[in-house]
Amino acid sequence: MNTLGKFLVGLVAGAVFGLGLVVAHMTDPERILGFLDVFGQWDPRLAAVMMGAIGVHAPFVFWLRRRGKPLLANNLSIPTEAPIDRRLVIGAVLFGVGWGIAGYCPGPAVVSAGRSGTAALFTVSMVVGMWLFDKLVARTPNDALRELRTISIEPLLDDTRR
Amino acid sequence: MANLSSFINSLLGGALIGLSATFLLAILGRVAGISGIVGNLVSLRRPAESWQLGFVMGLLAVGAVLLGRGHASVVALAPLAAASAGLLVGFGTRLGNGCTSGHGVCGLSRFSLRSLVATGTFMLTAAVVVAISRHVLEGVR
Repeated sequence: MNTLGKFLVGLVAGAVFGLGLVVAHMTDPERILGFLDVFGQWDPRLAAVMMGAIGVHAPFVFWLRRRGKPLLANNLSIPTEAPIDRRLVIGAVLFGVGWGIAGYCPGPAVVSAGRSGTAALFTVSMVVGMWLFDKLVARTPNDALRELRTISIEPLLDDTRR
Repeated sequence: MANLSSFINSLLGGALIGLSATFLLAILGRVAGISGIVGNLVSLRRPAESWQLGFVMGLLAVGAVLLGRGHASVVALAPLAAASAGLLVGFGTRLGNGCTSGHGVCGLSRFSLRSLVATGTFMLTAAVVVAISRHVLEGVR
């Protein structure tokens, strides 16, 4: 597929994803913080969003992995099951702290960025954080290796790995 | 607060998210992880791909059309807090290779142990932060 075709696929995917976030009220930080507030009036609706998403996606992931390739590209670029390392856990902790403070994760922040000053500030800071990662961490040789691993092609249903 | 119709909206919105992730994976073979998409788009050392630009434009366009002005500002958040939180989310999601979409939706959909650990970790951490800010600090204030 050419560059424009891929752009259009991305545009449709982004629009549908964003529509899902809006329909599910994931762009409302109060909905997120209400889910995270387990000692307050716990709001379980974020779990329903996750169930809806995984319920639709998981069967197709299974089908596509069995098929071995997508419909209009050559490779399924699914991350390989790398070991659970410190970076994964520390990264998730840092993300969790930011998520708990603001009630924004990257998707809802970008969707809201054009409409909310707080979300715009959050999104710009998020990009700065990503740049900092690029500058401080990602340039080590170790990281180059890791990226190769992450972008490589998943072998066809390698059950020995599970 | 949470009546049946809002649960149905949550499921429906989630289904749309799953549909988008499926479309991207089925056509281009790529994972709909938003921190990865944005990270690569703004990356200083790797060229962005056109579908990633399209994806972010799609997100922005939907927000611009569907969200009212001032929407999503329901939670009063000091600018310093918003900026610090953004920095942590940007750096953390790149370090941990994913966020709620990449680990939480796409990773869990393929039963990835790494994504399960990441999702459990960021949810637990965020819940602790909310518990502190809403119940410990509020009590002191």
